[in-house]
Amino acid sequence: MADDIKKMIIDYVKKEYLDEDSDQQVTEDTKLISSGIVDSFSMVSLKMFLEKKFQIKIPDEKATPEAFDSVNSIINLLKELTPL
Amino acid sequence: MSYAEKARSHYNNELTTIRGAGLFKEERFIKSPQMARIRVEYPVGAPSQEVLNFCANNYLGLSSHPEVVEAAHKGLDSHGYGLSSVRFICGTQDIHAELEKKLTEFLETEDTILFPSCMEANAALFEVCLDKDDAMIADRLVHASIVDGMRLSKAQLYNYKHLNMEHLEEKLQETQSCRFRMIITDGVFSMDGDIAPLEKICELGDKYDAMVMVDDSHSTGFLGKQGKGTHEHCGVLGRIDAITTTLGKALGGAAGGCISGRKGIVDLCRQRARPYLFSNTVPPVVVAASIKVIDLISKSTAGRNKLEENTKYFREKMTQAGLDIRPGVHPIVPVMLYNAKLAQDVSRDLYEEGIYAIGFFFPVVPQGQARIRVQISADHEREHLDKAIAAFTKIGAKYSILGKKKDEIIAMYGM
Repeated sequence: MADDIKKMIIDYVKKEYLDEDSDQQVTEDTKLISSGIVDSFSMVSLKMFLEKKFQIKIPDEKATPEAFDSVNSIINLLKELTPL
Repeated sequence: MSYAEKARSHYNNELTTIRGAGLFKEERFIKSPQMARIRVEYPVGAPSQEVLNFCANNYLGLSSHPEVVEAAHKGLDSHGYGLSSVRFICGTQDIHAELEKKLTEFLETEDTILFPSCMEANAALFEVCLDKDDAMIADRLVHASIVDGMRLSKAQLYNYKHLNMEHLEEKLQETQSCRFRMIITDGVFSMDGDIAPLEKICELGDKYDAMVMVDDSHSTGFLGKQGKGTHEHCGVLGRIDAITTTLGKALGGAAGGCISGRKGIVDLCRQRARPYLFSNTVPPVVVAASIKVIDLISKSTAGRNKLEENTKYFREKMTQAGLDIRPGVHPIVPVMLYNAKLAQDVSRDLYEEGIYAIGFFFPVVPQGQARIRVQISADHEREHLDKAIAAFTKIGAKYSILGKKKDEIIAMYGM
């Protein structure tokens, strides 16, 4: 189950943030924010995607660059907010 | 004492972190008016050095133009130094209305409202025009002042990949249920010199019934055959709902900005825009000089023509010399170096050669895209351009990057 969710988030990140010809690899450990793949302005798309997909509201104080910095940290955030 | 040791130590730690990351910004003192050749004291306390300036937004060379300076003097004599008021109390003089009218005519819009800066124009627009049932759909690389302005609005925020029209269309489809939508973009992006495809953006705006907003700070005065900006360059005059732009770059470079566009938007901003209502009016001296600037560029396109020729020459010669230039037609010419330290080293060496151009690196530009941003001006003469090209060639040879492309430079220096 967790693997399916990881894959879904990785697929979204690739589609939403990378150019089609990009050779950038994205895994569950890849740094998203601190590596510059997702900047703090673009993070809003990822937040909305997660909120819609999991039918949750991520409070602003939890939607930090640290919490969104990798697929693994996103999973940890989701575990706090919803029964995965 | 409220400035306790705890606060002092916190701020010092923050500053140490900034320094440690190599991101501390040093200011350089310029001891002459802003023009192609300037006198600079750097570092502070060092003897002044004369350098050629390739990092100002003085695209048309009007910042210290004698006629502009003279108009400023006259404005100071006729309308005084300050107004000690916001616009709607006792801060509107005849010349403020005159400048707004001239900007409206020049930009070919319906109406214009002045702001103390374009940053404040951007801080105003979205909060006034959009509410929680609306959507702002912005290019991901819009200027920081737009990002801040959007944060002040209750409207929902969406963004699309830089210049990617398919992705913009996806976002327009996603937001069909919103009351109003506004597509938000820079006309020209300040780090890359990229020009937004406004024709396609307007087409999508029409197709999906979305308004179009453009920050044209890096193009008003010189892009397009008459210098009106990106909307002229792209053939969409009259189709942009709101243009924000600055008087602080090509148009004299002192201060001030505006929103120019649909009359309803401008009128509502006059009633509700907080940065307009609660900050001081634009100083008369700036207004008087700006009127002269609009007169000069409306009367003759010589300045923008020279800028275009200078840009073409510089881009061609730099490419021939083997520097990795981001392609384009804009006077912002990014010389790509990819590595942050290399960009800083090249900038320092250029300065020693009498060329003042700044290195930009993460987080100002994406990771691995460090560059020197060269900005060409109509104030540059051919000899200035040749001197800069020669300096880049000499320094490029020193670092063995001439004729090298991205992968090769990264292989040598890393990202």
